[in-house]
Amino acid sequence: MGRPRRTRQTPSQTVGPFFGMALGREGDEVLVDDDTPGERIRLEGRLLDGNGDPVEDGLVELWQADASGRYRHPLDDWDPPPSTGDARGFTGFGRCPTAFETGAWAFDTIRPGAVADPAGGMQAPHLNLVVQARGMLDALFTRVYLDDEPANEADRVLQSVPAERRATLVATRQDGDDPPTFVLDLHLQGPDETVFLDV
Amino acid sequence: MASDRVGSGDDVRRAHDDHPPFRYPDYKSTMARSPERDMVTVLRTLSERTGPGPAWSAVEDDDADLTTNAGTGGRAIGARIVVTGRVLDAHGAPVPDTLVEIWQANAAGRYTHWRETEYDAPLDPNFLGVGQCHTDADGIYEFLTIRPGPYPWGNHPNAWRPAHVHLSLLGPALGSRLVTQLYFAGDPMLELDPIYCSAPPHSRHRMLAHYDHDVSVENWATGWRFDIVLAGEHATPGERQDD
Ligand SMILES: [Fe+2]
Repeated sequence: MGRPRRTRQTPSQTVGPFFGMALGREGDEVLVDDDTPGERIRLEGRLLDGNGDPVEDGLVELWQADASGRYRHPLDDWDPPPSTGDARGFTGFGRCPTAFETGAWAFDTIRPGAVADPAGGMQAPHLNLVVQARGMLDALFTRVYLDDEPANEADRVLQSVPAERRATLVATRQDGDDPPTFVLDLHLQGPDETVFLDV
Repeated sequence: MASDRVGSGDDVRRAHDDHPPFRYPDYKSTMARSPERDMVTVLRTLSERTGPGPAWSAVEDDDADLTTNAGTGGRAIGARIVVTGRVLDAHGAPVPDTLVEIWQANAAGRYTHWRETEYDAPLDPNFLGVGQCHTDADGIYEFLTIRPGPYPWGNHPNAWRPAHVHLSLLGPALGSRLVTQLYFAGDPMLELDPIYCSAPPHSRHRMLAHYDHDVSVENWATGWRFDIVLAGEHATPGERQDD
């Protein structure tokens, strides 16, 4: 016999308008400190609804590998330290509530390394986003690829998305910024609706 | 065939039929904030099989007594409750050492949030309404807090949110991410609440905390039990991706 039949999951509910009390701590959108290895990048965009209006009370969360392509997780051969206190270091996780007027979000982080593809080879470097908001009853998951990565051409997940929707997963590098800034708007609905992934 | 699924992790994905739909007309704000295209299903890679739960839980401290954590030296006003339960993964196995974050209104139904409200209910200077704690080795968490009051909202005429506590968990994998709301069993306002009713009928009851006399503390607080089941699979430290 295989694994036990799965247990029914607790239903999701909206984060509502007041999640910032608990999940909106300033500084959680910065994943790096002076000691973090890797190339600094900034990833930013807006969260927009089906009318193109900013989502003023959304929450964007980031999960990514480090510069060598490793996740801080037991499945990637990493064990949680007993207690790190204030010495956070790089966890690979960040949180950013969207700005009330503009729906803007941004992370200061590093360019992730490539992660293996279980179907063979390596995936193109990418960052994983979790999106929630008042008016969303469940979380949505998506990936962000960086438009200056040649490996995008061969990435299995990216290439499995219909060509006309692929751009919704690729952030565009801006000219002249140091560290480089990559920009990608997230659309919950509409003609430019972001490709969301069933994870 | 079940054997085809071994290693693919399909049985621990987020089970959409247990969760509310994104579009739910009775909750008006969903209409412009719900995707209309199908999700793209991917073969789960380490990006999906891992998640921030273990690393983030390791850097967060406990702050589980909401009746005193405002730090004023005073105690929050309202009916003290103990809320406890187990956090389980998609196979029903406990998820130890994982962070549970909560936020809620005070006993009068008011949040300590900068956003304005037209509801003229008092703030409690001794109550923030925010807390967090970790599950123990058996997946058990526990908070001491105040029973929140119901509050009005603008979704429809005379709309009231039933008393609830917001909970946030990261869990073992990316798709484990869960924000939900704990409601109190027996509350007559539940059936009138589109947010509660957005969950499929077969799974709504999983958002109910039940009175548990064994949890109540004599002369101190009533006890409520609330278990949580997440997508994903707990990995014990040392398990490799190729095990
Ligand atoms: Fe609420």
